[in-house]
Amino acid sequence: MNKKLRQAIHKSGKAIYRMIPIMISIILLIGLVNALIPKKAFTYLFSKNIFLDSFIGGALGSIMAGNPVTSYILGGEFLEQGVSLIAVTAFIVAWVTVGMVQLPAESMMLGKKFALMRNGLSFVFSIIVALITVFILGII
Amino acid sequence: MKIIDRSYTAYYFLLLMILIYVLVFFINPDKMFSSLNFSYNIVKQIVPIFALVFLLMVVTNYFVAPEKIAKYIGKQSKKKKWFLAVVTGIISTGPIYMWYPMLKELGKKGASNGFTATFLYNRAIKPPLLPMIIYYFGIKFTIVLTVVMIIFSIVQGKIIEEVID
Repeated sequence: MNKKLRQAIHKSGKAIYRMIPIMISIILLIGLVNALIPKKAFTYLFSKNIFLDSFIGGALGSIMAGNPVTSYILGGEFLEQGVSLIAVTAFIVAWVTVGMVQLPAESMMLGKKFALMRNGLSFVFSIIVALITVFILGII
Repeated sequence: MKIIDRSYTAYYFLLLMILIYVLVFFINPDKMFSSLNFSYNIVKQIVPIFALVFLLMVVTNYFVAPEKIAKYIGKQSKKKKWFLAVVTGIISTGPIYMWYPMLKELGKKGASNGFTATFLYNRAIKPPLLPMIIYYFGIKFTIVLTVVMIIFSIVQGKIIEEVID
């Protein structure tokens, strides 16, 4: 096996290994929530108003951080619980585009104005992207 | 920049979840077992997809080196820059904070803030993770979302370029 391939396997293995603890935690949390919290609880958080729901989805996605895979698992479960696709889309888009955890590092390296504006715009875009995506899916 | 990399938050979170499960076991063992069963079923479903994710990660890491991308971005012409920001953002690997110093350097070499923003937005689209998003949301959703996100990454880049650069 050549060195480059070995390095690629090692790097990928490390990335997967890093994902495991948080993913298992999230999956355990989903199992717990599923067994302990009545399904209706999610419908209280999301109102069925598309704008408000996408705002809530985007806000949740912005404050939560971690590997995108975690957001897919959570988003998939939200859908199962009856949360709208718009809210879930805003959630997964904000999760990967808005980085509240990385904001201090981003401000330090790329400038405060840039970091604030990029993250602010990304939050607004998570809602717009969700609305447009679901609208297109509805007509195709 | 190692503060985030070496975080043990995930392990603390896992420990907390285990403690909660132990607690639930003593209060209501049935609930604990049904939770565990539900979680086990999720794991069973995603393990095969994860094997595919790993394979795609190896392919990406084999062919794409961050240093090479940075070098290529540095040479970009004005016309091609949005296209390059999109493509390099999508194929870039590794944690986001690893890219901040490189992007800062590129900024000094003439890459605009708009370019950096578009690049960072496209890091959200990760080809190795596509099987996972397709599994949860379907192929049609994945394609539409990816296209809409690429378009908005350029819109964001242009807005930031107008305001900051």
